[in-house]
Amino acid sequence: MQDQSPILEVDRLNTTFHRNGRPLPALRDVSFSVARGEVLGLVGESGSGKSVTLRSIIGLARRYGEVTGQILWQGRDLLPMPDRALRQVQGREIAMIFQEPMTSLNPLLTVGLQLEETLQSHTDLPRAARRDRAVEMLDLVGIPSAAQRLKDYPHQFSGGMRQRVMIAIALAANPKLLLADEPTTALDVTIQAQILDLILRLADEMDMGVVLVTHDLGVVAQTCDNVAVMYAGRIVEQGPVRDVLREPRHPYTVGLMRSVPENLPPRTPLYSVPGTPPGLDALPPGCAFAPRCAACIQPCQQDRPGLSLIADGRQVACFNPVTKAEGNAA
Amino acid sequence: MTTVMQIRDLHLRFPLGRSLMDHVKGRPGRVVQALNGVSLDLIQGETLGVVGESGCGKSTLARCIVRLYPPSEGSILFEGQDVFAGDARADRSYNRRVQMMFQDPYSSLNPRMTTGQILAEALSVHQMRPEPEIPARVSELLELVRLPQDAQHRLPHEFSGGQRQRIAIARALAVEPEVLIADELVSALDVSVQAQVVNLLLDLQRDLGLTILFVAHDLRLVRHVSNRVAVIYLGRIVEIGDSETLFSAPAHPYSQALLSAAPSLNPDNRGNATRLEGELPSPLNMPSGCPFHVRCPHASDICKSTIPALTPFEGCGEVACHHVEEINAHA
Repeated sequence: MQDQSPILEVDRLNTTFHRNGRPLPALRDVSFSVARGEVLGLVGESGSGKSVTLRSIIGLARRYGEVTGQILWQGRDLLPMPDRALRQVQGREIAMIFQEPMTSLNPLLTVGLQLEETLQSHTDLPRAARRDRAVEMLDLVGIPSAAQRLKDYPHQFSGGMRQRVMIAIALAANPKLLLADEPTTALDVTIQAQILDLILRLADEMDMGVVLVTHDLGVVAQTCDNVAVMYAGRIVEQGPVRDVLREPRHPYTVGLMRSVPENLPPRTPLYSVPGTPPGLDALPPGCAFAPRCAACIQPCQQDRPGLSLIADGRQVACFNPVTKAEGNAA
Repeated sequence: MTTVMQIRDLHLRFPLGRSLMDHVKGRPGRVVQALNGVSLDLIQGETLGVVGESGCGKSTLARCIVRLYPPSEGSILFEGQDVFAGDARADRSYNRRVQMMFQDPYSSLNPRMTTGQILAEALSVHQMRPEPEIPARVSELLELVRLPQDAQHRLPHEFSGGQRQRIAIARALAVEPEVLIADELVSALDVSVQAQVVNLLLDLQRDLGLTILFVAHDLRLVRHVSNRVAVIYLGRIVEIGDSETLFSAPAHPYSQALLSAAPSLNPDNRGNATRLEGELPSPLNMPSGCPFHVRCPHASDICKSTIPALTPFEGCGEVACHHVEEINAHA
């Protein structure tokens, strides 16, 4: 169970990239917090800012864009931190796993070497202990005959096994927070179930917070404690998974849930939110979702709704949120 | 109910060639056994869903059907004609009548041709319309897949993923096919865009009377669009039947495990899934007997030695399992 005090507090995070001299607002006023042992889901469609959020937290985005706001990690702000100090946090205290394990593992080095490299730079373990720890980690993530497999190269592993290796490397230094960017999107459902179970079990055993980025609402429903729904660089709704999925209040969340073909008469038309998400260089002046929204009212056109508390732990950024009755009828 | 296509005992083996070690030891080269005796019928106007894990042979089956791979054994009959028979291969009309759409619209559309050129090429290659009528037909096709008319003059990279899949659909429909093979057509798209493309496909099927083979790994989606579903494991159909029946009460232990691995939208359903241990064995090194016995919780001696045949099971479609009766009696 989770400890109430947050280890990570993100406050009004703004990330802006520049293209041809024009600013592209990738993230606007993103605020959330993660406690130890908590699994937070970030969900949204491509381009909504889920991955940029993770990259901004771990300090990968600041090389290419402008990141402002506050990222409080155990009380320290990561944003003004110089690169050298940030490297003490990256990988050691906060670890990240990516969607495509083949491109994030070095194809020329054995898996054992890559694991030991991580241990060498992030722990004070002596050489022999590092090897033992490497075996222990592969064992922990469920790779059979771990000691022999240390000598294997990434291409000798299957997709699911490679993702396990990535998790083993990410968790080798005992991080307190894991940022997982679509860790199972490239995998089959059967392997996805195994990997998600593994992440949940390890989060629980190591009392680690997890931010899980995914576009699959089913994955959110099955793994997360809390969820934040993103649209055009902003969080539009957040709260406990059960409440948000059962009674979505933002029209976009409702639309997203209705697009999933579950509990529908077969071969009937699927609901789809009309229109397409706006380009980051052409965001409307008011609510970014207003042009596609059926519940759009006058203020939505001019003003941007902020996230406001509507119930215990639930926040929605909408002037005209969906009520329970409408949600069910929709 | 007319059967448009009969696939009978289709085998496909990809030889890997003999390595130096194979020559030294005098053993034959290794072979990937991609399809191992697939038999199924496609019925006029239906959508047949094909599901399975990656590497199980679903895409290989799709590619065999459009003659991209000639099978090692077995036959595909289209309206009673063997499509791989000598003279049939020269017959281009099969290529026109059975069209394939691919997963990745980035690599299946020529990046240097405009949408208009892509569609016009399909029309002129198969001589669908006399030259002067082609522009009008291109406009009609764009309307059919709900793309704006100015799309004609744009290149594939100017479109979003969903729009590109619409171009791929328009190109397939240009030649007025009877059968569409959709290989992971919407897998790369976001859910809301996915919904639009699926709706389009359902509408077109209804209006044009198309028969669709829908290969996908998204089980919810396959359940939604299909009339019947085939579950494939290591190049063999392990269960086939009516979509709703199969999804609500799968009979084969593999179908049961596969379906329960799909994450439900209901957070209260957590943890009640049957988790499948291990991974798909390599098709280079097929297990003896039932290919699923290494991962099956119900496996017994007979499963290790004898391959179960696909046989009708009461209340379901056809199931290939020695223990189907006991397994489903307990349930």
